[in-house]
Amino acid sequence: MNAIVTVVGQDRVGIIAAVCTLLAENQVNILDISQTILHGSFTMVMAVDVERAAVPVGDLRGLLEELGKKMEISIRIQREEIFDAMHRI
Amino acid sequence: MLNQKDILSTIEMIDQQHLDIRTITMGISLLSCCDPDPKRACEKIYDKITRYAEKLVKTGEDIEREFGIPIVNKRISVTPVALVAGASETENYVPFALALDRAAETCGVNFIGGYSALVQKGMTLADEKLIRSIPEALARTKLVCASVNVGSTKAGINMDAVALMGRIIKDTAKATESDSGLGCAKLVVFCNAVEDNPFMAGAFHGVGEAEKVINVGVSGPGVVHHALQSVKGESFDVVAETIKKTAFRVTRMGQLVAQEASRRLDTPFGIVDLSLAPTPAVGDSVARILEEMGLEVCGTHGTTAALALLNDAVKKGGVMASSSVGGLSGAFIPVSEDEGMIAAARAGTLALDKLEAMTCVCSVGLDMIAVPGDTPAETISAIIADEAAIGMINCKTTAVRLLPALGKGVGDTVEMGGLLGSAPVMPVHPESSREFIARGGRIPAPMHSLKN
Repeated sequence: MNAIVTVVGQDRVGIIAAVCTLLAENQVNILDISQTILHGSFTMVMAVDVERAAVPVGDLRGLLEELGKKMEISIRIQREEIFDAMHRI
Repeated sequence: MLNQKDILSTIEMIDQQHLDIRTITMGISLLSCCDPDPKRACEKIYDKITRYAEKLVKTGEDIEREFGIPIVNKRISVTPVALVAGASETENYVPFALALDRAAETCGVNFIGGYSALVQKGMTLADEKLIRSIPEALARTKLVCASVNVGSTKAGINMDAVALMGRIIKDTAKATESDSGLGCAKLVVFCNAVEDNPFMAGAFHGVGEAEKVINVGVSGPGVVHHALQSVKGESFDVVAETIKKTAFRVTRMGQLVAQEASRRLDTPFGIVDLSLAPTPAVGDSVARILEEMGLEVCGTHGTTAALALLNDAVKKGGVMASSSVGGLSGAFIPVSEDEGMIAAARAGTLALDKLEAMTCVCSVGLDMIAVPGDTPAETISAIIADEAAIGMINCKTTAVRLLPALGKGVGDTVEMGGLLGSAPVMPVHPESSREFIARGGRIPAPMHSLKN
């Protein structure tokens, strides 16, 4: 099962490192990363495989939000189907 | 991989444009709960609802967390209670409402609909008992919603029921006066009521429905408004296309959530209702969409045409996105729940007569409109009759949800808070409709009801 992690906020040192560390600690495999600066803010979209994740997606969301709060950026994880449904026929 | 722009646009819709699943509503048949002993019937009702909907709220919350989409309400609709209570030997139906209220509270849902009677052609003894119990039932419960269907294209308009409902609405306002007449916000009078509507206060589980079913209502006025901001000055062809595309996306999301909820709750998927349901929050208003089309204030000339386009384009966009579209589907125009409508009503641009015209082309009817507290019951009945006539002749659902503001007059405001918002009291015509309503009987079904 795939999910999409999105990170949006003020650019700073260590965002990618922190997010990737948290994902790795929870056995989440990163499939793809794209990153850009959009309207002045750091924007990263990751496709991840949560099939073998140590915790359910719902809990992962809590952990990422917590990390986001600490780093003053917005981090979220959502199951991929939602984007497929809305943007692909 | 998915396009980054698409992913971010979905997130922006959720974060900034108030995109949400407005409701997951579980419909439950109560026909198996009939019992000559009313106490036993109420026990059966409580047991069945709490058994079927035990995991509804938790499932909704789980889906919300995993998909990152707000699911604002989890609700239950049941078989019109008059049909169930009619089997019991009792004059007092209020205990049935109390049983529904208890069940809803146990399940953790925020409303339960179906304290209802379908009397478009005539009233059974049970229907009349239920209708007469509505003021007390709504005063003594927190979560119960009531509805009465008084007309249909097939049957005509039951004017005896229309006359009765004028008085019931006033009595409900009085019975819930200490609560700003909140009872009236939970009471809808329909023409051509639909059996699979997931939205309150008019949801009930029709007798043609299965044992239990999951219906989902999506919303997103803010998303449509935002999309239209990018096509300023373009022709209506472009406007219609833009709304269709947006409605398609929103409905696809609803379809996904509905299927997921249906699977997890082991309950058949019923319909997705793709209604633009506004909230009092800024940026979540249907009125502002109409204004975005080029109207200075909602309610001015052109409003009906703008709403007609919106309502139709929402349906066309949504219909391909879901395997089964139903409910009311279109654009709601509840005055107190729409920040732009409230402003237009306060400014005096949006009046009751214009709203009536708008209900010819919106998805339902006159909704959440405060009228002066001293409005005669006959005038309320006459407003219901007008609305029912529009529904009957145009083969569409119409409804009336009026809030008589006791002790208040034009210019005052009724504050209900939360999603129900605040309603500026609107003027009604002072000339009497008393003799018209006193006639009673039935307005015959129109010629085009004879389709067989």
